[in-house]
Amino acid sequence: MTAATPSVELAIETRGLTKRFGHQTAVDGVDLAVPRGAVFGFLGPNGSGKTTSIRMLLGLATATSGDIAVLGQEMPGRLRDVLPRVGALVEGPAFYPFLSGAANLRRLDTADPGASSATRSARVHLALERVGLTHAAGKKVRAYSLGMKQRLGIANALLVPRELLVLDEPTNGLDPQGTREVRSLVRSLAAEGTTVFVSSHLLAEVEQMCTHAAVMSAGSLVAQGTLDELRRVGEAHVRVRTPDVADARRVLAGLGLVADSVDAGRVGAGRTDADRFGVPGDRNADGLLSAPLADGAAAPETIVAALVADGVRVRGFSVVGASLEERFVALTGEGFDVVQ
Amino acid sequence: MSSDTRPTDAAASVTPVTGPQMTGAQAADRPRPSSGWALMVSELTVLFRRRRTWAMLLALAAVPVLIAVAVRLASSPVAPGRGPPFLDRVAQNGLFVAITAMVVCIPLFLPLTIGVVAGDTIAGEAGLGTLRYLLVAPAGRVRLLIVKYAGAAVFCLAATLTVAVSGAAIGAALFPIGPVTLLSGDTIGVGESVLRSLLIAGYVTVSMLGLSAIGLFISTLTEVPVGAMAATIVVSVVAQVLDALPQLDWLHPWLFSHYWLDFADLLRQPLEWTSFGNNALLQGGYLLVFGALAYGRFVTKDILS
Repeated sequence: MTAATPSVELAIETRGLTKRFGHQTAVDGVDLAVPRGAVFGFLGPNGSGKTTSIRMLLGLATATSGDIAVLGQEMPGRLRDVLPRVGALVEGPAFYPFLSGAANLRRLDTADPGASSATRSARVHLALERVGLTHAAGKKVRAYSLGMKQRLGIANALLVPRELLVLDEPTNGLDPQGTREVRSLVRSLAAEGTTVFVSSHLLAEVEQMCTHAAVMSAGSLVAQGTLDELRRVGEAHVRVRTPDVADARRVLAGLGLVADSVDAGRVGAGRTDADRFGVPGDRNADGLLSAPLADGAAAPETIVAALVADGVRVRGFSVVGASLEERFVALTGEGFDVVQ
Repeated sequence: MSSDTRPTDAAASVTPVTGPQMTGAQAADRPRPSSGWALMVSELTVLFRRRRTWAMLLALAAVPVLIAVAVRLASSPVAPGRGPPFLDRVAQNGLFVAITAMVVCIPLFLPLTIGVVAGDTIAGEAGLGTLRYLLVAPAGRVRLLIVKYAGAAVFCLAATLTVAVSGAAIGAALFPIGPVTLLSGDTIGVGESVLRSLLIAGYVTVSMLGLSAIGLFISTLTEVPVGAMAATIVVSVVAQVLDALPQLDWLHPWLFSHYWLDFADLLRQPLEWTSFGNNALLQGGYLLVFGALAYGRFVTKDILS
């Protein structure tokens, strides 16, 4: 990455980007800042406005208001200069089913007025090789599996050397092996200096590939920064498993820690280990306490010592770092509530 | 997936070119642009590689064959004035098969196939989802519209030529070929009459350009290609129905289908170009109006397919 980030220039920058469809606001005042050379995860549940934002970045849809700059140039005004330097996979791959994989790539390549006809076949071949589709180059896309189409879509984005890749849900429909390949492809592209903008609703995917991330929820950008910055916002927690919940709570309070009981009786089934042990009301049943571990709080070993010294039967103790997942859930809400 | 097959020109660090194949693409900051024809050639390749296109051309080629075989097998000669124009002449001169077939195809078969191709232009790409990839490439919206229209126009020519060539072939196979007596009474040789047939094919092609422009416009309105195709075909039928109502004769000169069958002037000696000119002017007007509408619609359209 060092070679690729000599400037603080941004590959993508939006200010107050807004898109309304009738009365519905799909994207609401989004200020994106994607540094050059970053692998930038664009996270959000389905329907949070990710794809609409991407469509506006690529000039497919016009913004209701707000400004967009891609690779330092205003969009969609400088579309002709910008887009040849941008490879994109937007809302899934799309191809002519009656043409072969290679013929599809050649067709889409002719649409780029800057792409040289002389090198077209060689470039198509390289792009196919890069995504591991050489063996299926001559096969009609009709006969491709979803994963193969996805790879072909990525190959299309790689037809000419790009400064920026916009990949919308690139691992959709891929098996675990394909997902790993996409991840390593993204890493190798980033190592060459390409800025990669990946949208996903899968947190784990972003955590494994990205250096930066932004989180969308209901059309708004709710967080943005490096992964570390995002993690830092959340707090670490100590978790104590013990049958002596009341005593433990008192000891923790003595150390300045406000404990929340997360035992089976109070939290939905399946949330914790606690509900697997005993029956509520049983004096020997385990309870689980969780307390945020603020900066400057007692060290974990001190907490354990204090608990044990007070006769609390500690059956489990852990310090849980703030996971990006908690942060993600906190930002976007849980469950299947697709934003209306 | 290998990781080192392709160099990428990074934001600021220009990677030296390593792959010999990439030199062309990387020569300058941006590669030397290809000739502007690449997309046009690709459009025609895609159009004529489709089985659907070939099926339609085959169906059109079957029309003259059907006519010729029916006349050949008929026990009694066709009485003048019965059936489509020129049908009575087919038995004496095979060259008339092509002309008769074109007359038969103009009201329905040709508009049908052209409705399919013109209605599919933008809506078909939108339906497949390839429209977004063409535009992101970036094909340029105006360039794409022009290429799509040009593709539809080439199909119009291919469709009429298919009828003409198939008609000439089957006519020559089943009937005697000889000098043709024109509507003006003059007689022309076989070579010249072939030229006249081609001229008529040209007239019919031009006749279909207005409908193609209408189809292109309708195609920018929807993401469902079948809808655009059906609408285009319906428009062509409605225009012909209106053209047949005498109460609307003030409207007739403005209907794109008004001059469709008026190519008889091309069968006179000397050649009479008035109807050709009127027709071309009318079709040009339709191209202008519906081209502008398609432009207005497509250039500002949000591509959400």
